[in-house]
Amino acid sequence: MSSDPAETFRQEARELLEQLEQGLLDLEQNPADADLVNSVFRALHTIKGSGAMFGFTDVAAFVHEFETAFDRVRKGHSPVTGELVAIALDAKDHVHTLIEDPQSAIDAGVPILEALRALVEPDRFPAAPMPAAKPAPVAEPAAPAAASRWRIRFHLPSDALLYGTNPVLLLGEIAELGPCEITALTDAVPTLDAIDLEDSYLGWQVDLTHLDPTAALDDVFLFLKDGMDLSIEPLVDAAPTIAQLAAEADEVELHAVTEAVALREPEGERTDRATVTTGTSLRVPAERLDELMDRVGELVIAQARLSQMAAHSADPNLKTVAEELERLSSGLRDTTMGIRMVPIGSLFARFRRLVHDLSRDLDKQIEFITSGEETELDKTMIERLADPLVHLIRNAVDHGLEGAEARVQAGKPVKGTVRLSAVYAGAEVTISVTDDGAGLDAARIRQKAEEQGLLTPDQRLSDQELYQLIFAPGFSTAKEVTSLSGRGVGMDVVKRTIDGLRGKIELSTVPGEGTTATLRLPLTLAIIEGMLVRVGNGRYSIPLSAVEECVELPASADIASRGRSFLDIRGSLVPFLRLREVFAASGEPDGHQKVVIVSSSEGRVGLVVDQIIGNTQTVIKQLSKLHSGLETFSGATILGDGTVALILDTSHLVSYGQAQEQQLGRAA
Amino acid sequence: MSKTILTIDDSASIRQMVALTLKGAGLNVIEAGNGAEGLTKATTETVHAVITDLNMPVMNGLEFLRKFRQHPAGKGVPVILLTTESDDELKRQARESGATGWIVKPFKQDQLLAVVKKVTGA
Repeated sequence: MSSDPAETFRQEARELLEQLEQGLLDLEQNPADADLVNSVFRALHTIKGSGAMFGFTDVAAFVHEFETAFDRVRKGHSPVTGELVAIALDAKDHVHTLIEDPQSAIDAGVPILEALRALVEPDRFPAAPMPAAKPAPVAEPAAPAAASRWRIRFHLPSDALLYGTNPVLLLGEIAELGPCEITALTDAVPTLDAIDLEDSYLGWQVDLTHLDPTAALDDVFLFLKDGMDLSIEPLVDAAPTIAQLAAEADEVELHAVTEAVALREPEGERTDRATVTTGTSLRVPAERLDELMDRVGELVIAQARLSQMAAHSADPNLKTVAEELERLSSGLRDTTMGIRMVPIGSLFARFRRLVHDLSRDLDKQIEFITSGEETELDKTMIERLADPLVHLIRNAVDHGLEGAEARVQAGKPVKGTVRLSAVYAGAEVTISVTDDGAGLDAARIRQKAEEQGLLTPDQRLSDQELYQLIFAPGFSTAKEVTSLSGRGVGMDVVKRTIDGLRGKIELSTVPGEGTTATLRLPLTLAIIEGMLVRVGNGRYSIPLSAVEECVELPASADIASRGRSFLDIRGSLVPFLRLREVFAASGEPDGHQKVVIVSSSEGRVGLVVDQIIGNTQTVIKQLSKLHSGLETFSGATILGDGTVALILDTSHLVSYGQAQEQQLGRAA
Repeated sequence: MSKTILTIDDSASIRQMVALTLKGAGLNVIEAGNGAEGLTKATTETVHAVITDLNMPVMNGLEFLRKFRQHPAGKGVPVILLTTESDDELKRQARESGATGWIVKPFKQDQLLAVVKKVTGA
């Protein structure tokens, strides 16, 4: 928990705003869902309440207005429309700005509020939080479909006032149930000489629009219901007219009551205090988790050293302790990694807003379907996935989905579909973005690539290879540059980011039916299984997930390698790199060199090493800033005996190996 | 101006729990250890509501309630009883003695806040 209460508030508010946004987007789909309206209202309410408590007065003031406007929706005075949701989303964004950067444009909120008010109270109907000042002869047009009108009449026990019951509060509670008209019943008020000042004589009649208020009224009159007169009856006719009201001669509307209501109303408005929920989850700053992970990493390393010592020792006690420690530390490592795992749903939720906005800006109807929200990934990974997924979804909507006319012509539903899904696949997670658009146009990609000099007209490429060109820097096939996509920055960045996460990206497409972009990602970034190899005197770790197989380097290939180096792996040619040469290792090579075949999305390459030592748990340590420019290595790890091994960046080595081969090929 | 709530209980921990909850909601809280002490505070200080236990030494909750309601300062002030039983006889007795509402122990903090809000509007 942060010690700075303002930061705690910010964090809470961020979550509430996200909740608010989801609520609003859900509401757009189900405008009649009262629960959703209430959840939106609650989120606003909590932000306002805690904002005021922590000194965010601008936030509280703005949200108060926002809430007031939304209160009309909650009470059914104003319908939920797409327009309302759009403005409410703008308002939500403004609150976000106010919280994150209070200095920037407080004034920006004014037009948003005006737009919001214009929408929810076009006739400037006063938004009274308490019983309306008069039995308003205004029809209640937007009452929920199934709601009907009820007439509630009650007289409090005569000692209610003396015993601390405040009828104004009770009426307020009823008024919160729905649109209502309140009339005071004065028939039981005696003449002045017979009046007891401490007694309660007034009765009230409330005409309420509600599904069925019986249960709710039980709550309202919780402490009174045994000693009071209460009748609840459905009203057959619609809202009474002024004439009807006037005709009820013995029921005089009591201005005094409503004035008293106004006077008794506390300053500001009534706030639900943020309820203290005793949840089962705990909020911890991410840095602490990183720190914990780091320490666990160190522990795993120290444990590995101990195991190694125990293996060479004859002391049975030492062996027992070492084994026990190994078991414990591997359990601790798994638990710690588990803590860092976050369901990807939190990330998916953000994209609903993106699709909503894209749909509006591009005038395309889109159904956005997500699945696999519960799939868990390392927290750092989820954060770094946000941008690539934004690009992929934008591309799917902008380039993938056709315009409405084209869709109709192709015999597809006007509403395009974009699917975002996540599933576990072994030690990986697969995330895919699928659209049901026109599919990739291989001919156009080719044409574009030639225009941009990425390809010569005589180069022959398979369709799959052509699709890969989309990831080349500067490539874009959009006919015109929109504000959303088409600038050709994006897909190359996506690929680089995914590579950086040790993931893979693939595109598949069926012309006329759509395109799928698939990301394959490791579950975590912190610890990998590595294959430890020796080159000269140095030891290196190769991520095991990239290793395909290990073979011995045949003497013939060794000799032939003066020119080009290819290995014949079951009929297919794989170029290889001599790591001794790449790392300029000293000393004589071993007699029997081994080749580790590694693969990436770009192909395969063999790495010639002196010795394969075996598999190790590799706790990744980042290289220092000075060395972060070294592309050959993705990090370093500490081995059981305390020495350091560098981790090879296989995707870089594969492209390096392929490029070398091409150069040699041209030279030959 | 935030409202002042008087909590009367012989258990310091209950008083503390009530006080923490209400202060957390922005209310002022004053405390008393039994009905007699509570009556003194309730009639000499401005109190917007009282939350009192029933079983207490020196003066119990119902007795406090009856005396408080007879005092001019005690007319119309909401009083919430904390009870361990929810039987109807007790509730009837409580109402007759002048209770505005009651909360059955054990209760959660938000239940307490909800009842306080209900009877005081705070």
